[in-house]
Amino acid sequence: MQETMIKRAKELLADGTVSRVIGWKKGEFAYDTTPAVFETAEELDRDFAFDDFTAANVSKYLVKESRKEGKILAFLKPCDTYSFNQLIKEHRVIRENVYIIGIPGGPKLDAEKIKAKGITGILGIKNENYTLKIETLYGTETMPFYEAICGKCESCKSKKHVIYDELIGEDGDILDSNRFDTVEKLENMTAQERFDFWREQLSKCIRCNACRNVCPACTCEKCVFDNPKSGIENKAASDSFEENLFHIIRAFHVAGRCTDCGECSRVCPQNIPLHLLNRKFIKDINELYGEYQAGADTVSRSPITDYTPDDCEPSVVHERGVE
Amino acid sequence: MQRIGVFVCHCGTNIAATVDVKAVAEALSHEPGVVISQDYQYMCSESGQNLVKDAIKEHKLTGVVVCSCSPRMHENTFRKAAASVGLNPYLVEIANIREQCSWIHKDIATATDKAVILGKAAVAKVHLNAPLTAGESPVAKRALVIGGGIAGIQTALDIAEAGFDVDIVEKKSTIGGKMAQIDKTFPTLDCAACILTPKMVEASQNEHITIHSFSEVSEVKGFVGNFTVTIKKKARYVDEVKCTGCGACVEKCPMKKVPNEFNEGLDNRHAVYIPFAQAVPKVATIDPNYCMMLKNGKCGICSKVCTAGAIDYKQQDRFIEQKYGAIIVATGFNPINLDKYDEFAYNQCPDVVTSLELERLMNAAGPNGGTLLRPSDKTHPHTIVFVQCVGSRCDDEKGKPYCSKICCMYTAKHAMLIREKYPDTEVYVFYIDVRTPGKNFDEFYRRAVEQYNVHYIKGMVGKVTPKSDGKIDVQASDLLSNEQLHINADMVVLAAAIEPDKTARPLATMLTTQMDTNDFFTEAHPKLRPVESATAGIFLSGACQGPKDIPETVAQASAAAAKAIGLLVKNSITCNPCVAHSDELLCNGCSSCEKVCPYGAITYQDKEFRMPDRTTAIRRVASVNPAVCQGCGACTVACPSGAMDLNGFSNSQIMAEVDAICK
Repeated sequence: MQETMIKRAKELLADGTVSRVIGWKKGEFAYDTTPAVFETAEELDRDFAFDDFTAANVSKYLVKESRKEGKILAFLKPCDTYSFNQLIKEHRVIRENVYIIGIPGGPKLDAEKIKAKGITGILGIKNENYTLKIETLYGTETMPFYEAICGKCESCKSKKHVIYDELIGEDGDILDSNRFDTVEKLENMTAQERFDFWREQLSKCIRCNACRNVCPACTCEKCVFDNPKSGIENKAASDSFEENLFHIIRAFHVAGRCTDCGECSRVCPQNIPLHLLNRKFIKDINELYGEYQAGADTVSRSPITDYTPDDCEPSVVHERGVE
Repeated sequence: MQRIGVFVCHCGTNIAATVDVKAVAEALSHEPGVVISQDYQYMCSESGQNLVKDAIKEHKLTGVVVCSCSPRMHENTFRKAAASVGLNPYLVEIANIREQCSWIHKDIATATDKAVILGKAAVAKVHLNAPLTAGESPVAKRALVIGGGIAGIQTALDIAEAGFDVDIVEKKSTIGGKMAQIDKTFPTLDCAACILTPKMVEASQNEHITIHSFSEVSEVKGFVGNFTVTIKKKARYVDEVKCTGCGACVEKCPMKKVPNEFNEGLDNRHAVYIPFAQAVPKVATIDPNYCMMLKNGKCGICSKVCTAGAIDYKQQDRFIEQKYGAIIVATGFNPINLDKYDEFAYNQCPDVVTSLELERLMNAAGPNGGTLLRPSDKTHPHTIVFVQCVGSRCDDEKGKPYCSKICCMYTAKHAMLIREKYPDTEVYVFYIDVRTPGKNFDEFYRRAVEQYNVHYIKGMVGKVTPKSDGKIDVQASDLLSNEQLHINADMVVLAAAIEPDKTARPLATMLTTQMDTNDFFTEAHPKLRPVESATAGIFLSGACQGPKDIPETVAQASAAAAKAIGLLVKNSITCNPCVAHSDELLCNGCSSCEKVCPYGAITYQDKEFRMPDRTTAIRRVASVNPAVCQGCGACTVACPSGAMDLNGFSNSQIMAEVDAICK
């Protein structure tokens, strides 16, 4: 796959269709493949990577990249295409400046899950028939592939690319995922249990802003949390658990726009399941206003900023919140 | 440094009985920036206003907080008072300590605490108030009347009389509405058609009036003085201009088995029809549900017989767009569906009819040519039972909680007419109460009882049972003599409750007007603004606002016209300066605000900006047209970055109020 992608990228660079390519490049270790922009065939040959660790969603980079001169080639996994579509809907990317090649999705791996098995000094990781062969400084270790997959890939919502100019490989289907199971568990808790759960989780936050910075729905020119005039930063600090409110306000801001790409939880260095806040919103929207998937298209209106005469009454929304 | 004056009103005992106004004034005097805090018996009185004016001058106030009634009552009074002594009117804030405090609390301590908190919130807000200047916007000199019944016709005639163009949109193929179906009118017993049809003709001949029959309002945009309305002219498959109304098509149409809605389904009409002889416009309409040509392309007779060449089977719905300064709603009423009233056997027995059906049965243009015959066997009924309040004044979910108001009078009319024309007929009326307020109304009812010997029996009918011999057993109780009655009747007439037309609810949504729980439009004030809706520029005419008889409907229709004319004569209206604006540096150009704006006030443009890294970038940013914006604030809520803000209700002002309340 990686070779096919490089070959196609080089062709598109050569014939002038695009002037840059966004994808992933090899990192220092076998597991830290990160998003990168390539401008030449040489760079592609040298650094381009597409492996089990390319979980990162490159859609958000296109907010800036699509505004630069010339067209950029973007490799988007199915889940990334939802984010890209949502950004088109919000006029945050310039569609004409992006050439999209749809590539197969995950499941991708999470190095932290491998390390959690006590495997250190990793030199190389190979997937042999869904068993990971991990070369380390101390010898070769093995573990089942599925025990190391990325949190966001555990409940994949779709293998279908919702937008692309061409595809490499086959397009898949929208999946019947179990992604709301955990939300349901939280809903079944008592208010106190749920409060305690979130307090414990959110108390781990070190306010590194990684979740916000990676989120494809968080593309404001100036974030309200960086704008002292908004008064919101003060609100987030009014409580000793200021991060509680930071994350809750953020969840409100992306409600109806979050595509459930799972990047927030993937990048959280403290392993806070932040995506559950967003997923609760998605589940509520589905139940109150009918099934809605942000980013599934570029024209439909989010039920939260739309009104139809058969919308449920606000009291119904309110009653759901009452224990 | 702000210099704020606080003025606490007693409103006689309206506020002072439940709120310790002196304590409120004292507590608010310690708020930051407050230099004077006073209480007074009636702040809205001239001397009360002078108190405010003098304080503004003496203390050089930069902001005023009046703790009094709802801003809907006296905000304008105090704004004007402030403006008269040189303080910008938008530096005045009202803390509503009456409707939102004293009237809803009983305990003085609680109410006083709350009044102080409401006052503090207003003080916190006024700290951030900015002086605002109102602009002006032009008024489109044309009115739209929705509904072409007697209410809509009267309103349109009155507006046209004042010299303004007015359009009537009527969903049926003719104007006239319910009144056209009625036989005689109370309390004078003159023929409804004789007094209605001249008005219909007048409307069609008036050069200022355009009638869009067989049409619906499909979209409403804009605001008072400047509505843009899309009218859907439904395909009637007949060219309105070419059709002469000769009726040749109707005569020859082979499809004769279509229930005739004008006669309440008591007889049949053709697939192509003109509802009644005096229809306006007198244009045929083809019913696509029954026309053989439209259904399967086999017929085309009407097209062959039409000498005017008006038949057009390919006609499509057409949409026209028009600007209006005022919109008058006159959507009227319908009798409720009686499916749930099994006890009255309405669905089982054709001789159990509604009062509106009886109107048609007795009408010369009705199914029996004006002779009252039983629908089942076309024989003359000798015993007729009227049942009042079928679904009216009902405390269960089957009916309506309100009194339908017209039934007592029309039943007296029906009873009297039957006794007059057919003296051998016994007429019984079962009632809860007989309600006859109105000029010459009670005299009318008494005539029915005393002169025409109609049997009025206080009590409700429990069960109506059709019998095998064609008679109907009516089981009822006589509450005055406390006995159970069985009446062997030939016909039963049910006074079905009336309800607003089903099109009213979606229309209210389009017009952003309010409705009550029964789907009647809500007036701006039940006593003092009865024909205006709470939405500026939208007026209410007739039974869409509540049950009404014809005299009342016509009176209200003229009143609504007067209000609309008052708006249309103005060349421009003062705009609300509390409009939204966008901070271009924060705007993402995401269109969230544009999507929620009900007025279409937001547009986007690509602008060049100097970025923090000294580059320039073209960014898509929102801008608000202040003449179109109505200050609803939907955009400020939808904006993810806080770029949208509302003058007079800025995010920071609202946050300051919340902080003051939560402190």
